[in-house]
Order: sequence, then C-alpha cells, then structure tokens
Amino acid sequence: MGVSGTPSPVIQVSHIRKSYGATAAVSDVSFDVSEGEIFGLIGPNGAGKTTTMECVEGVRRPDAGQISIMGLDPFRDVYQVQNRIGVQLQQAQLQKRIKVWEAVDLWASLYPKPLDGNRLLEHLGLADKRNAWFMTLSGGQKQRLFIALALINDPEVVFLDELTTGLDPQSRRAIWDLVRGIRDRGKTVFLTTHLMEEAERLCDRVAIIEYGKIIDIGSPEELVGRHCPTRTVVLATGDAIAEERLRAIPQVENVMCQDSQFTLQGRGDDFVTEVIQCLSENRIRVTDFRTVLPNLEDVFLKLTGHSIRD
Amino acid sequence: MLRGLWKLTWLEIKIFLREPLGAFGSILFPVLVFVVVSRFAGGRLTPGSLSTAGFLRVGLPVFVSVLIALSGVSSLVTIISIYREGGILKRLRATPLRPQTILTAHVLVKLALTAFTLALTMLAGKRYYPVHNHFPVFGFTIALLISTWSILSIGFLIASIVPTARFAQPIGAAILYPMIGLCGLFVPVQSMPLALQVVARALPLTYAVSLLEGIRKGEAWSTHMGDVAALVVVFVICTALSAKVFRWE
Repeated sequence: MGVSGTPSPVIQVSHIRKSYGATAAVSDVSFDVSEGEIFGLIGPNGAGKTTTMECVEGVRRPDAGQISIMGLDPFRDVYQVQNRIGVQLQQAQLQKRIKVWEAVDLWASLYPKPLDGNRLLEHLGLADKRNAWFMTLSGGQKQRLFIALALINDPEVVFLDELTTGLDPQSRRAIWDLVRGIRDRGKTVFLTTHLMEEAERLCDRVAIIEYGKIIDIGSPEELVGRHCPTRTVVLATGDAIAEERLRAIPQVENVMCQDSQFTLQGRGDDFVTEVIQCLSENRIRVTDFRTVLPNLEDVFLKLTGHSIRD
Repeated sequence: MLRGLWKLTWLEIKIFLREPLGAFGSILFPVLVFVVVSRFAGGRLTPGSLSTAGFLRVGLPVFVSVLIALSGVSSLVTIISIYREGGILKRLRATPLRPQTILTAHVLVKLALTAFTLALTMLAGKRYYPVHNHFPVFGFTIALLISTWSILSIGFLIASIVPTARFAQPIGAAILYPMIGLCGLFVPVQSMPLALQVVARALPLTYAVSLLEGIRKGEAWSTHMGDVAALVVVFVICTALSAKVFRWE
C-alpha cells in the first residue's frame, strides 16, 4: 500500500517502444498495475500485447521508455526480478517425455523458497497426472501445469500470456477460478487476452491496446460507461397504449417498434428501472422482457471501428 | 550460476532414455556394430600387414572415440535446436536457468552416454582384440574427456546460433566432416601439403587426435601439454562466444 492509502503500483510502464526491424510492435505504451489486482492487456493478435508483457518480464529490452517492477529494472536486475515473478508464456512447451512431477521438481530447485510441489499439483487438479508425460496431457492440463510452474516460487507478480487460448469453455472457466484464487491470495496478476469475455469476467482493470498503442484504461464497467453508455431494453406487448407511454419516459432516447416487439434505448443507471416502473404504473402486460447491456466487445468496436476478431 | 545443473542433467538423461530408440540407438547399436564387425573381420585381420595391426592397436580406439564424440556434437546441436523450435528454451528462459547451465547439462548427458558406450565397447573389444596390459585406461579416459568436452564446445557454439533443427544437421556436418578428414587419423599431419597442414593445425580435432594417440601409445602427458592447452583454448573461446550469441527462440 502507498502512503496515500491507495494500492501502490507494482508495475510502472512509461512510454515504452519496441520495433522488430521496420515494424513497430509497440509504439508508445504507458500504464500502471496496482498491487493485488488482476490487470488485463486486451487487444487483437499482433497488437503488441506479448511484446509489452515480455518487456516487463525482462525477457526483451524496450528500445525506449522506462519500466519498473517492484522498484526494480526488469532488464538490468533480471535475476532478482525472476525470483519474485511467475511467468506463463504463450506457445511455450516442455520436453515431450518429461513427467509432470519432474517439471515441478526441476522448477522448484531453481528458486530459493519454493512452495510444496505436491500440494500445488493437488490444488490445480493435477495430482493424478503426477507421473504422466507432458506430451500426453490435454490442453487444459498443460496450461494448469504451466500455472503450477508459474506459482512454484510463490511469486509476488504472476504473468499469464493468452492463458486460455485454444481451451474449451469448461476448462476456461476452471482456469478463471484458479486465476481469481491467485489474486485472492494477495498476488498481482498481469494477463493478456484477446477474449473480451475473459477480460470482462476476470480483470479488475484492463488496458485496450491496438497497433502498439494503448487506447484506454479502466475497469470494464468504467470503460463501458464511458464509451457505450446506451442501454437497450427489448420487450414484447400487445397493449395499444404501450408505445405512447414508453416514449414518454424521459430517459428513453429511441424507440423502435416491429410488430409487437419494442426496442428501447436510453442512458443512465435508472433507465431500466424507469422502464419497469412505466410498465407497472400503466398496467401494461408484457410477454417478453430483456435487457441488452453493452460489454467490452462493444467498447472495442466503438473505439477501433472493428470487431476484435476481424 | 549453475543452479539446477545436476537436476537438469539427470532429468535429461532420463528423458533421453525414454525416447524410442534412445538407449538402443546411441548405446547398444554402436556396441552391437562393433561386435558384429569384430566377429566378422577379427579372425582375418590378425595375420595381416604390420600397418593394419598398428592401426588396429592405436588407431581404432582413437577412431571410435572421435566418432562417438562427433556424433555427440551433432546430437547436441540437434536437441538444442529442437528445444528452441519447440518453445522449450523459451520457457526455460523465464527461469533462473542460464544458457550455460542448459548447454552444460546436455554436454554432461552426452559425456555420460559416451563414456558408457565406450566402456561397453571396450568390454566387448577385450574378446576380439587382445588388450595389452599396458593399455592406459585411466589416462586415456582423461584425455578422452578433455577432447570430448572441447569438441562439444564447438557444438555449443553451433547450437547457440542455428535457427532450426533442419539447419543444424547440414551446418554441423559442414564443420565436422572436414575436421575428420584433416585431423591426422588417416593421413599424418606432417605428410600433408603445407596449406592443409596450416588448416589442420587450426582445427581442434587435430589436437584431440594427437593427444589421444599419444596417451594410447603410452607417451607422457608432459609431451602433450600443447595439445591440452589448444583444446582448453578452444573450449574457452567457444563457450564464451556461445554465451554471448545464444538464441532462445
């Protein structure tokens, strides 16, 4: 905790730049990550997420700019930093025929104060795979093993790069729970993802990055409120007075009617409540009612003009 | 600095032995070939010419040693490049493991396997080639260790820079095969044309062969200090260079 009582930044990145030949992977990136939060760098493939993360890990050296992690320079003090961070890398592999316990045992031997590997495997649901070769593990099991390796040194900051890419929804959810568990034990989590749902469900704060630049930073709610304040209510009713009454609600900006289905758009936190009140005061019978709330996907679309999958 | 070295070395030996054909291909197969060839040719060569007998007595152990050491280089280069391509090196990079540790572990694996193969070959050889009482097992082993370590450091350097496994083999071969031809095993260095002599003197294998042959013949270590020094210099240069240029991905 900082002097002011707000969580102090564990990671400070200011104006970093990194090019590979003529292509600028990261052109001007700045952000802070606070202690004990899950911070997500989100953006499409090739936006510069991994490069940025690898600079913070000390694996790459930025061409320009400053990075501080736990008060250290990740490149200059790389040995010190490595003892205090845990890393899961995108597209990393292990020896095909290494056994799960052997990998954990090797990693544990590399750090001064490792956790108990067996308990870690148990916690991650890999206890019955202890003697399995790496090549025989499923995608989700491999990722859980990589999480185990990232946690073996009881790190203060954990880096997770595209952790759930290629996993089925069920494994993905299981991994999300694990990541929340890491934060709940007081650690800082810095992750990258191109899955907006993942960012929304998991991250306390996100930075949206595209073409090597940060477009905006904030909690998912803040970003949605800032860029996509419009909420939508869809309802179905056969009541003839419905349209007139609904249009009369002050916060309603737009009403579209198709057959007996109404689509209302409006702003403000009270918008949905106002609509419900109006319906009940006028005793309007509805056969369908649902709200469509904007999400990070919409924010991304609004900010960049295209969907993240394009 | 070498934290994790022994654990990694032991682990890599186990992993290697789990490979299909791992133990068979690199340990048993050479011994088997040796035994079969010996059975086949052993009887006929005994009354052969003096020079053949001389080669068998001095040349063959050296020749076998050198070949096994060289196959160690090529498999070292291959395995490191497979690790690089597969993202294994990348994963190891984000740990306190240093490139020297990873390379050293693989060298130790190769040394252990080489030593084991040679020991088996020698045991087998005892049956077919009467080993003279004065065969300097201890000295020859030390000489072989020094030579192998030095030759493997060239493998370090190649392994540090070749981008993929497909490049590893041809680059390794292009460097190693000329060395075999010029190392003095087949043609004494002194009887080569001057230009080739200069090249031969620049190749570490030449010193390895000179050292191994000398020790095999029972010559004193003091007469081979130049060879040892040359091998050490090669080792130091290659190791230092490879630590500098090591590519993780």
